[in-house]
Amino acid sequence: MTGPVLEMRGITKTFPGVTALSEVNLTVRPGEVHAICGENGAGKSTLMKVLSGVHPHGSYEGEIRFEGEPVAFRDIRASERRGIVIIHQELALVPYLSIAENIFLGNERATRGLIDWNETLRRASALLKRVGLREKPQTPVADLGVGKQQLVEIAKALAKEVRLLILDEPTAALNDEDSAKLLELILELRDQGIACIIISHKLNEIRRITDSVTILRDGRTIETLTVRESPDAEPRLSEDRIIRGMVGRDLDQRFPDRTPYEGEDAGQVALAVRGWTVRHPVDHQRTVVDDVSLTVRRGEIVGVAGLMGAGRTELAMSVFGRSYGNYVRGTVEVGGREVVTKTVPAAIDAGLAYVTEDRKRYGLNLIDDINRNISLASLPGMRRRGVVDEHHERSVAERYRADMNIKAPTVFEQVGRLSGGNQQKVVLSKWIHADPEVLILDEPTRGIDVGAKYEIYTVIDRLAAQGKAVLFISSELPELLGMCDRIYTMAEGRLTGEVARADATQELLMRQMTMNRS
Amino acid sequence: MTTTTTPPRSRPHEDPPRPTALTLLLDAVRGNMRQYGMLIALAFIVVLFQIWTDGTLLLPNNVSNLIQQNGYILILAMGMMIVIIAGHIDLSVGSVVAFVGAMSAVMMVRHDMPWVLALVLSLLIGAVAGAWQGFFIAYVGIPSFIVTLAGMLLFRGLTQIVLEGQSIAPFPDGFQNIAKGFIPEAGPYTQYHNPTLLLGLLAVVFLLLREWRDRRRQLAHALDVPPFGLWALKCTAITAAVVAFTLTLASFHGVPVVMLIMCALLITLGYVMRNAVIGRHVYALGGNKAAAKLSGVKDKRVTFLVFVNMGVLAALAGCVYAARLNAGTPQAGLNFELEAIAASFIGGASMSGGVGTVMGAVIGGLVLGVLNNGMSLVGIGTDYQQVIKGLVLLAAVGFDVWNKRRAGK
Repeated sequence: MTGPVLEMRGITKTFPGVTALSEVNLTVRPGEVHAICGENGAGKSTLMKVLSGVHPHGSYEGEIRFEGEPVAFRDIRASERRGIVIIHQELALVPYLSIAENIFLGNERATRGLIDWNETLRRASALLKRVGLREKPQTPVADLGVGKQQLVEIAKALAKEVRLLILDEPTAALNDEDSAKLLELILELRDQGIACIIISHKLNEIRRITDSVTILRDGRTIETLTVRESPDAEPRLSEDRIIRGMVGRDLDQRFPDRTPYEGEDAGQVALAVRGWTVRHPVDHQRTVVDDVSLTVRRGEIVGVAGLMGAGRTELAMSVFGRSYGNYVRGTVEVGGREVVTKTVPAAIDAGLAYVTEDRKRYGLNLIDDINRNISLASLPGMRRRGVVDEHHERSVAERYRADMNIKAPTVFEQVGRLSGGNQQKVVLSKWIHADPEVLILDEPTRGIDVGAKYEIYTVIDRLAAQGKAVLFISSELPELLGMCDRIYTMAEGRLTGEVARADATQELLMRQMTMNRS
Repeated sequence: MTTTTTPPRSRPHEDPPRPTALTLLLDAVRGNMRQYGMLIALAFIVVLFQIWTDGTLLLPNNVSNLIQQNGYILILAMGMMIVIIAGHIDLSVGSVVAFVGAMSAVMMVRHDMPWVLALVLSLLIGAVAGAWQGFFIAYVGIPSFIVTLAGMLLFRGLTQIVLEGQSIAPFPDGFQNIAKGFIPEAGPYTQYHNPTLLLGLLAVVFLLLREWRDRRRQLAHALDVPPFGLWALKCTAITAAVVAFTLTLASFHGVPVVMLIMCALLITLGYVMRNAVIGRHVYALGGNKAAAKLSGVKDKRVTFLVFVNMGVLAALAGCVYAARLNAGTPQAGLNFELEAIAASFIGGASMSGGVGTVMGAVIGGLVLGVLNNGMSLVGIGTDYQQVIKGLVLLAAVGFDVWNKRRAGK
């Protein structure tokens, strides 16, 4: 066997304050399909960005050899020129341009600046035949489904004479049939000598099509496992073995002690969601949340685990005033009474609060100050003779600045200038002041440092001790295991399990999180 | 599983150093750079033309004139500011001014309607025009630029249809007074206009009372307050400014009616934007629409009301302008939308929404107004006036962009 197609050795990449990758090694042999596995945040995407030149040579340490030669890519164009093409999870097609125009975007078939349409269409047809897509090259991409768009992306990669194809979660948005077709195509390309790296959470897919798998955890290479000896052999590697590699770490985070809630109504169900079903806002065929039922009691912290695309955020947002997707059916009860939460104000009135996973986009008015961000969800309650009592508002903000330890010189500091942890404290303050019965926290510690995480955990515990019901969505299993009384798992929009804290292990959760239909 | 617990890293809350008068003043200025900057620029422009025109600019009759000349633009600018804060734009206000002026002329001149009734109906027409546009923007989701561009054509066309291409005049005296009148004189003869002195006094009392109440309530909530000396200085400055302005107006015909309308609007709208829930919701919507929606802001209703408000203000400006011209004409209000937009941006609005104050719009409008008036007094032609106003707009916003980028580093 000849030398490896790709060798990445000792790759270390740091961002201010964070080491994203540390001494990572990856070797891809010619003509193989190689999977990269790991939890969210393990460093998979960063590694691919290093490889494709998004993080240019010089911004990382380590060596990359491609087809035997050392390479140093300045940008994506440089890596593409060598035949390394990455297809992202969110497709990068221009919807109003035709298939042919998309295939040759940035790589136009042109002479002296004028596009040669005959050549473009002829070659596009040939490429479409190769990926097995029966559409005219003139068809606008917007008219295609996601599965077909994915094929256009691959045709686009082939047009660049791809040698190494990288697919990031290629089947995450596809239905079973389209997924199967895509996986077939990947195998065909492999047989034509194109190596392929696939990032996927779907372990059964990995077993089905890959030859070896590299597992990353906390920015380090844990191991590279052989899935099968030869392309035609049966896979020997079990899903359990992959899971063990993905989660096998010691708990290195610490969690505050819980004070149990001892009110008279302790143990009463505060939030009950029944049969909640939601469709995708655009693609009405796709059911994003499928018949989910769950309960949270007063004083209880309940986790929701799931990998990206499992439908956790979609569930939370659609319950919170139908802020996501198209509601199909399901009921919500708060404190034993059924509530209709068709709008966000109705949801807030019913006693719900939702702390978003994306605080910059959905949580904060970055150009306004701490004071006004905290008051926004409870302005009607701050009225005095019909108008907002600014002095009361300010004293509330001052109180939260002290209680939550928000580090800022005054409450008139612009929120956009605060660190991630302090921004998160502002969002939490806003919702705590709205005084809900139920708080839905969506990735409340995403992107913040360890010290601030501990403070946020303390706040969450305090809320539970006061009798609030907390639904805690997180991608970090240790966090859920450390904080929650019970944990639900979701995969592909459905609940796949419910585990009490005492019985929960990372292996068990990961198994339930990777249960998919096929 | 064992989880060990450690106490949170102790981070004692560090008290910032005790603020001094100077740092507080600097903080206040820095916080509202564009507005304070523009206030200073306005003062500079006033002084410049005061010298250049050998003192004509601030003569009592010219000050009255300045207010009456710019009243309708300032009214438009206040509404436009709110529209821009909400993250939108309104290109139709010039045409709405013309349309409402035309309708008022038809009602009063052709149908002999009492002018008060006609005025009320005119404002109602403005509200309907605003609701029409607000509906498409808020509930249908068409961008405001498009809807109001369509409105600009639509209302201009309707104006010409209503007027059949001709001007209609004259208006009843009562109506003309809105733009040209002063509040009536009363009481014994003094050197000054008595009611104006009274209003000035009331204004001083009102402003000082507010300052005093604010300070007391801040103390009651245990908040930091500026030291007494600085506060007293601020009160003195406010008093001096109001007294000087009052005496200037009182030594001519007194307070123009337009000014009374403008002050009422400034106080009400400023208060609503700052203290009413809906005002806060406008800022939140302009700052981050998605976050505002998820915090319970009824985005559609707020957007709709912002445009209804703009419609009413455009109608009011339309009446004032028609009264000033003493005619409803097809060409009324041409380019008014651009003047109002320019005033808003000079006064601190941001293209992406979420920032600005109603007071800022007035300051921006006054900068343009004083420039217009001053340049006319010294005999600069309208050709050069346009060039200079364009440069001022560019410089004001350019300074702000530069200042923000510097602060961001």
